[in-house]
Amino acid sequence: MARDRNPADLVGADPGPPFEITFDGSAVTALPGQSVAAALWGAGILAWRTTRNGGRPRGAFCGIGQCYDCLATVNGEPNRRACLVPARPGDTVTTQEGHGHAGLAV
Amino acid sequence: MPLSNSPGVSDARDLIVVGAGVVGAACAYYAARSGLTVTVLDRGPVAGGTTGAGEGNLLVSDKEPGPELELALLSSRLWQELAEELPAGIEYEAKGGLVVASDAAGTAALRKFAAAQAEAGVTAEEVPADRLHDLEPHLAPGLGGGFHYPQDAQVQPALAAAHLLRASGARVRTGEEVTAVLTGAHGEVRGVRTTAGDLHAPHVVNAAGTWGGDVARLAGAHLPVLPRRGFVLVTEPLPRVVRHKVYAADYVADVASGSAALQTSAVVEGTPAGPVLIGASRERVGFDRTLSVEVLRRLAAQATELFPVLAKVRAIRTYAGFRPYLPDHLPAIGPDPRVPGLLHACGHEGAGIGLAPATGALIAAALTGRQPPVPLAPFRPDRFGPDRFGSDRFGSA
Repeated sequence: MARDRNPADLVGADPGPPFEITFDGSAVTALPGQSVAAALWGAGILAWRTTRNGGRPRGAFCGIGQCYDCLATVNGEPNRRACLVPARPGDTVTTQEGHGHAGLAV
Repeated sequence: MPLSNSPGVSDARDLIVVGAGVVGAACAYYAARSGLTVTVLDRGPVAGGTTGAGEGNLLVSDKEPGPELELALLSSRLWQELAEELPAGIEYEAKGGLVVASDAAGTAALRKFAAAQAEAGVTAEEVPADRLHDLEPHLAPGLGGGFHYPQDAQVQPALAAAHLLRASGARVRTGEEVTAVLTGAHGEVRGVRTTAGDLHAPHVVNAAGTWGGDVARLAGAHLPVLPRRGFVLVTEPLPRVVRHKVYAADYVADVASGSAALQTSAVVEGTPAGPVLIGASRERVGFDRTLSVEVLRRLAAQATELFPVLAKVRAIRTYAGFRPYLPDHLPAIGPDPRVPGLLHACGHEGAGIGLAPATGALIAAALTGRQPPVPLAPFRPDRFGPDRFGSDRFGSA
């Protein structure tokens, strides 16, 4: 998607080379310093969790670590705040179903 | 027909309840069902004190035979009735309790305790060590055994108090503090003075929980209610990982202890909303709300010892409250013979949610001259000695 301006240009950022993470098995390109949420947004992905009761889609809302709406399963660990977790090469992000702990149910 | 809960209702009132916690709500509910017109006052919001800081446990399992157990058994039946009458939002769950011992000696002590309880009407079934995981698959291995108490249950305490209040039809006035108890020429109660003015009624129920001693003092009566602090640790939302209310055997000893020092024992239960609640700590530090990392560390360590699975999940918050305790660990319930028209319903320590309905039923019986469903004598509010002005101020010897 072409843009006249982007945040990196606005602040004169000169990030290192991009790398790949995956989201539900598909490759997503991330830049060093980007949060998981920023990388997903950059790829046009807006939802990576479903709510516990209604199964409704959720993604980043506040973007600053306060609202806990952006929870995602990162490298198998559920309930990571995607807006705070820095993306690392090879990270595996998967859509979190509800609380992300269905496997613990008895 | 008076229109309850609407502004500008008539001033005709039979009863003022001070305190909009679960006990005050239950008093209002049973008094209103007896035909009395009730106003409930609270300086804070509904369930803003100890009620809102609880776990909502309705327990018979932790009580030895005696007056408190009688009250708990009556309450257990009344909560079952209330669960039918009140909205599902109170989150009543007849989940049962499971008390576990770490070794054979602890199991033997539980067996003796349960046998005495059984004679008092408590249902308790021994669960051998090799069957514990049938009840609670996530329990740690190597425990000595346990007892299952099917009568134990749970509610969401703040919602239970709020729904009880609403169902009572009582007029509820929050944010209004009682500053004086109004009395007549013979020392009899005539009403209360609040930050919003005077309110008249021939009966006042002190359901102010941990602050019940202050309300008693306003009426010139001595009631030594003191705070016993407790913290609850709250996990992130989880599926059902704990089925029952599960606690370690030493909890019973902690509850009965008179020590001021910090005591902690694992008490773990799930909630319909998802979080697991982890208690229980007890310490006498006045009304100090300072977060105690040491308490939280011990709660977390004991809970993960019982349920190792909890070590893999996050604790997301904690809350603290003050249990209202009296020196003999029994509540004060019933008319105060030192102040005609004053009744007390406070001092339930950590059992107030569970004991609320029976307390309300006792208060309603006292107000309407009916036979109390259990004997009131052990809960006499004047059992701790004279009023602060001397024993003969109200001619009560």
